[in-house]
Amino acid sequence: MMAFLEIGLGHYLALAAVLFTIGVFGIFLNRKNVIIILMSIELMLLAVNINLIAFSAFMNDLVGQIFALFVLTVAAGEAAIGLAIIVIYFRNRGTIEVEDINLMKG
Amino acid sequence: MIIQGLTFYVFATIAVAAGVMVVSARNPVHSVLFLILTFFTTAALFILIGAEFLAMVLVVVYVGAVAVLFMFVVMMLDINFVEMREGFLQYMPIGVLVGIILLVELLMVLGTASMSPEVLATGTEPIPDLTQRQNTAAIGDVIYTKYIYLFQAAGMILLTAMVGAIVLTLRQRPGVRKQNIGKQVSRRREDSVELKKVQPGQGI
Repeated sequence: MMAFLEIGLGHYLALAAVLFTIGVFGIFLNRKNVIIILMSIELMLLAVNINLIAFSAFMNDLVGQIFALFVLTVAAGEAAIGLAIIVIYFRNRGTIEVEDINLMKG
Repeated sequence: MIIQGLTFYVFATIAVAAGVMVVSARNPVHSVLFLILTFFTTAALFILIGAEFLAMVLVVVYVGAVAVLFMFVVMMLDINFVEMREGFLQYMPIGVLVGIILLVELLMVLGTASMSPEVLATGTEPIPDLTQRQNTAAIGDVIYTKYIYLFQAAGMILLTAMVGAIVLTLRQRPGVRKQNIGKQVSRRREDSVELKKVQPGQGI
């Protein structure tokens, strides 16, 4: 019982693995909705951050947290640019269904 | 220790459940709200592990900026989300298959991996004791000295993202009347006033 409640590195890594899998699953599941796909990518980046911070804490090394900060920065920029692209795409085409996005297909 | 374990399990369960709801919710607005819940619970887990600064950054940046941005876009675009749900069940089997394979792979890797004691000694920036130096201050100590160039580069990335988003979404709509201050100021009397001599009994 006590071993069950002893939180180690493995617990955090398992949680991150589950969240990452949910993100991948979401990309497969919502093949039409770009917004949900972007949210799934955010979930995956969050899982990566959990990994970085868990390793940082259990290896007693601060660099992991700094790297997580950079990942967070890039994730914020990516979300802003992605949503801007969605907005202008919707303005031009009137739809954001992924299957209709084939303008650049050869 | 018991409190810590129970807290971890509670927050981890909520985070996973909210994550599932993000990808499976019928309404995208609900998806965004569940995403916010996921971020909050993950921030709590970060606090639990001692990364207070990143927990706060997560709440401020993700919940305060990114999630609100998502919410704006979801509500601004006039999309038939019911139509968009078509094919949901069609992709379900392959999605479940890939998800399970990925999860099993990841857990297998985690289950067999172990960290050697030598690796633990190779840390370059040991985390100071929380009672001596707070987490935020410790991060500041490192990020403004050793990682200053990377920090500035992160700032440049944010600037680029900001400029890019503005340039992408800015548009000149035809037929919209705007104030042209230069034109207003340079307007002179001769341009706009004309005097005519009107003869009595006649029009112009």
